[in-house]
Amino acid sequence: MAVLLLVPQAFALDGRVQIHDPSTVIQCDNKYYVYGTGLPCLTSDDGWNWRQGTSPGEGRGGGLAPDVIHIGDRYFFYYATGAAQPKAEVRLLSNKTLESDSPDYKWEDGGIVASSDGFEDCNAIDPGVFLDPTDDRLWLTYGSYFGYIRLVELDPKTGKRLHPGHAPYNIAINCEASDMIYHDGWYYLLADHGSCCQGANSGYNIRVGRARKVTGPFLDNMGIDMIQGGGKLFAGSGGRVVGLGHFGLINLGDGVQFFSCHYEADLDRGGASVLDIRPLLWKDGWPVAGENFKAGTYQIESARTGTALELAVEGVPVGGGGRGRRGGGGGFMGGGFGGPGRTNRPARGSGGGGMFAGRGGVIPPQDASQVSTNWPDGNIEVRLANYMDQAQQKWTISAVTNAGGYLGSPYFKITVAETDRTLAATDDGELITHPAFAGDAKQIWCIEQLTDGTWRVMPKSSTGADKSGNGLALSAIGSSSATLEKFNPESDRQRWVFNSP
Amino acid sequence: MTTFLKFLNLALVIASGVGSFALAADTNFGPTLASPKSVEARPDAEGFIQRWILLEPIGVNGLTDSAVQKEVKMEYFANQFSIVPQDGETVSIGGANHIWHAVDTTEYNVNLYHFARSLGKPTSNVLFWGVTVVNCPEEMPGVRLAIGSNAASVWWVNGREAVGIYGDRQTVIDDGVSKRITLKKGPNIIRCAVVNGGGAADFCARFLDADDKPIRAFTVSAGNADK
Repeated sequence: MAVLLLVPQAFALDGRVQIHDPSTVIQCDNKYYVYGTGLPCLTSDDGWNWRQGTSPGEGRGGGLAPDVIHIGDRYFFYYATGAAQPKAEVRLLSNKTLESDSPDYKWEDGGIVASSDGFEDCNAIDPGVFLDPTDDRLWLTYGSYFGYIRLVELDPKTGKRLHPGHAPYNIAINCEASDMIYHDGWYYLLADHGSCCQGANSGYNIRVGRARKVTGPFLDNMGIDMIQGGGKLFAGSGGRVVGLGHFGLINLGDGVQFFSCHYEADLDRGGASVLDIRPLLWKDGWPVAGENFKAGTYQIESARTGTALELAVEGVPVGGGGRGRRGGGGGFMGGGFGGPGRTNRPARGSGGGGMFAGRGGVIPPQDASQVSTNWPDGNIEVRLANYMDQAQQKWTISAVTNAGGYLGSPYFKITVAETDRTLAATDDGELITHPAFAGDAKQIWCIEQLTDGTWRVMPKSSTGADKSGNGLALSAIGSSSATLEKFNPESDRQRWVFNSP
Repeated sequence: MTTFLKFLNLALVIASGVGSFALAADTNFGPTLASPKSVEARPDAEGFIQRWILLEPIGVNGLTDSAVQKEVKMEYFANQFSIVPQDGETVSIGGANHIWHAVDTTEYNVNLYHFARSLGKPTSNVLFWGVTVVNCPEEMPGVRLAIGSNAASVWWVNGREAVGIYGDRQTVIDDGVSKRITLKKGPNIIRCAVVNGGGAADFCARFLDADDKPIRAFTVSAGNADK
């Protein structure tokens, strides 16, 4: 068995991830593929660990900033050529498969689908292909900082240009790497502003506008048309990565969406341009760039119930205890057999005395070393309980190497903080904690951010080889009970919030 | 004897002057509970089991996990975890007689406060035992027992502990939910122990299917009503 080690720091993806101007990440035969300028291919089995694939550019002298889409039984691959920009062309290749070992792997040249003559206000590079889910019409946006971003219609059967005699639509200006998506009645145009190709000095950032029609006008959050330079910031530089660009949608369905992009410079990788995949969220009708899960210690709160996941042990009150109980004890409304209760209500307004005065000083956070001596040694159940500052509700979540990953992230283990006690799935789809982490797939978790910003938590053992996300997810089935159930995007049962204790 | 005791209890409550309920002759347990009038009942529209046989409360003290587990595991009477009592049966606990009473509730919940108070029994720092029998027309695998209680409670299905909730709490529908269990074809014994600290006391229970939908395809019997 491979030795599993904790990853001290989570990078933006793992393996070979150097790329510039990446296409949309696309699936074929349970693998992910992405292509960049020069037409290199990166491929991955899990969306986390990437390696070099087979370039479709061999014998074609390379190409610029491609995009790819799967329609029917064909992959349509668009790329630009332009040795003398702004004179440039967007060309089409098509293939039945992206798997180069397949006997069906054969690129067919579909010719030119858009071009710029070197004088007009457009530079025909950076294609972005978009299939309108409302009517299955296929569209291509293209263009760069030289003039307009343009839109033309394509034939979804062949991938080629429809109505080549029709003038393109001008939909934005002075941006590049455009791409279009549809969400909840709106068409969103995403495109890069800022400076490209200057390493750690690049100012690349992704802007967005939206329209009710595919042809625009695409207005930003302030009502400025993107054809006049508008654009709401979607994502830009942050932390150790500089210059974010080339949006591509990865829609897994069921409320799980990601986007692909490149950073012009990853400072932790020597300033190389690298691929990343991050959650795509939606807020107030606008796309928001989410963050992949970060290792740390959290309390895990159910969005359904507001109760917290905890080890099913008797909690020890922080600071040594409570103040008694509401609702009365012996003698309160009907009487009892005696015992504690609210029979002696403290005086109010005494200004510092009584049971509401606290205990003085700072009550330190509770950790497992203070209270775990009474915990059983073997497997212990988990449950949901009122949110408390108590050790049995604090979970340390750590990335695990040699365990693979999923789109954008490595797998994680979830342990009770300051212990090795590990959350695990059971064979019958329930939850348990084991005394120690052993690297079993039932102890390893996929933590994905949903489009509303909450998180879905799934054991690796149930995520499924088809990456469909149709496995079992951590589920609040009652205020005090948790289990694993098939993910239901319409319910809050499988939505979780990770809070710092 | 049983009828006499019930009448005596009712008379004591009324005579004490603290009874605020309009107790009719055939509703001895408060406004929401009544003696069953049929052999079998069905769960309500949301699947809640409305027929139970309840034991008059036993004095206990403590709502924490460990206290409740200790309280409910103590042997109070013979065959405590297997008995299906009959309405009016008596058990002796600590030298005192405690009577089992079959009840139907008109609500989703069973109001133990009404139950105890109508009998002139304590409502605080007490343990209530409850039993019902769920009769399934066929085996039902992968179902869950979903309960809520004020306050702590522990539940058994066919003799196996299924779910427990602890601490001072109010009744919330589907508060505690068991792991997936199988209800066998025919009778299934559901047993609960509800521990109250002070104030109101009640519980609710239903079964949920694999899609978390309430199960109603069974009948409920308890206490051999009209026997």
